[in-house]
Amino acid sequence: MSSFDPKKIRNDFPTLNQTINGYPLVYLDSAATTQKPQCVIDATTQFYTSQNANVHRGRHTLSEQATTAYENVRTLVADYFKVTSNEIVWTKGATEAINLVAHGLRNTLTAADTILISPIEHHANIVPWQELAAQSGATLKTLPLNADATFDIAQCCEVIKRTKPALLAITHASNTLGNITDLAPLIASAKAVGALTLVDGAQGALHLRPDLKKLDCDFYVFSAHKMVGPTGLGGLYGRYTTLNALSPYQTGGEMIEKVTLTHSTYRNAPAKFEAGTPNIAGVLGFGAALEYLMKLDLQTLQQYEQQLFIYAASTLSKIDGISIYSNLKSNIGTLCFNYKNEHPYDLSTLLDNYGIAVRSGHHCTQPLMSHLNLNGSLRASFAFYNTTKDVDQFIAALKECIALLD
Amino acid sequence: MTNTYQLISSNIQKSTSWQQKYREIMLLGKTLPPLADILKTDDALVPGCESKVWMFVEFDLTENALVVIGDSDTRIVKGLLALILALYNGLTPEEVLAVNAYDEFEKLGLISHLSASRGNGVKAMVETIQTMAKQKAL
Repeated sequence: MSSFDPKKIRNDFPTLNQTINGYPLVYLDSAATTQKPQCVIDATTQFYTSQNANVHRGRHTLSEQATTAYENVRTLVADYFKVTSNEIVWTKGATEAINLVAHGLRNTLTAADTILISPIEHHANIVPWQELAAQSGATLKTLPLNADATFDIAQCCEVIKRTKPALLAITHASNTLGNITDLAPLIASAKAVGALTLVDGAQGALHLRPDLKKLDCDFYVFSAHKMVGPTGLGGLYGRYTTLNALSPYQTGGEMIEKVTLTHSTYRNAPAKFEAGTPNIAGVLGFGAALEYLMKLDLQTLQQYEQQLFIYAASTLSKIDGISIYSNLKSNIGTLCFNYKNEHPYDLSTLLDNYGIAVRSGHHCTQPLMSHLNLNGSLRASFAFYNTTKDVDQFIAALKECIALLD
Repeated sequence: MTNTYQLISSNIQKSTSWQQKYREIMLLGKTLPPLADILKTDDALVPGCESKVWMFVEFDLTENALVVIGDSDTRIVKGLLALILALYNGLTPEEVLAVNAYDEFEKLGLISHLSASRGNGVKAMVETIQTMAKQKAL
């Protein structure tokens, strides 16, 4: 398919068309949050302008229309991930989705159980498990990691076989490095020992658009704002019976079946996990985001992102003194790097003056940083709306910044 | 306001480009003697996020003046620290309270460095000095 026109795509994202500090904005922080196409902004505005009503409550026309539109987006998410709509729970983000699962397993796990995570996880996929371990008495263990922060998959499978965890929680792609995890053998090994599997899809959901039935994990979490959708919304996919078996995360209105003053019964998933009025405007905006994404052919999109990534990586690596920590062979489009012993803070501050938006710091992955023996790094993360012109501007600015430091 | 600070700020204000301004700031950082490693303790860390800043604020009774020393692991923040030190070092507590660092940063076009998202501890440095001055002021 040759219908992928980067220039046209770029025009769909109004934020990208501006100058920052007198320079055209080069936005390379999509791993933190993606920019939004106009259709998403319009959908959110339209909801508040003409459709605003609560969902699943009123019998009046506006409420029924809002409910239908809202539930249609759940179906869209299900289509995107090739699952069924009652397996999708709305949350405020990937972080809340992980917390929901961790909380839901409190009464299931015991001191005899092991929770297995990896050392490259985002803090959001570490801390909830530490809490669950503390609450249930379960042991938290980590998978082995090569010195360059890649996995030796065979060795990891061996560890899974040996530790027989109750749950394996692992990322689809590293938020810091962009490295893609070879999930299939890990999930197969986990299933073979009866472990539940949770995949952190905060980074993978956009760039890898996984078929979750094929992936065969029990849970997959995502954030709408990292998939060109609005902030404050995310979701959890759960294999229905496993999902429905979790205890409720929050209680209140909408999630109940029957309430007396002394006792309540709960509805089935997904309603069981959706107490209170949801982020309706966010959901409708996300619907527009998903429609936008699904119009883009996945293969074409991935080819474009890969070409851009390889171009960026090869240009960056040509600069003397640059160390790249990302695995360039299997990556969603994120470059994690440093220049000599320079503090990433200095470079990101100077780059900002050139209109280049990159992230610096530990990227909420302190264990990974200490594994790599780093205090921090710079991170340039790309998305399909970036162009080779962005790469050129970024590299030119970086060279100027380096000259300022040397 | 100290003479050193007047000199430094006029140098920065003379910069004709932002690049030159940053170069001035980073050069200023280089003039700051590094703290001995033994002094770079967690207790001396100014709560920031990304850049590390170690700072000591003492009160010299005989001179009735604040004495501030510090260091940072980044060049830009170390330069900003040097600027703050030049702004406040040797002043009496009353004088310290009369100097508004925010106004000075504004004049130098550096106010964005005090914003919440920077997480560089510059704001915390100023607050630490001001708190000490408040305690010692008559």
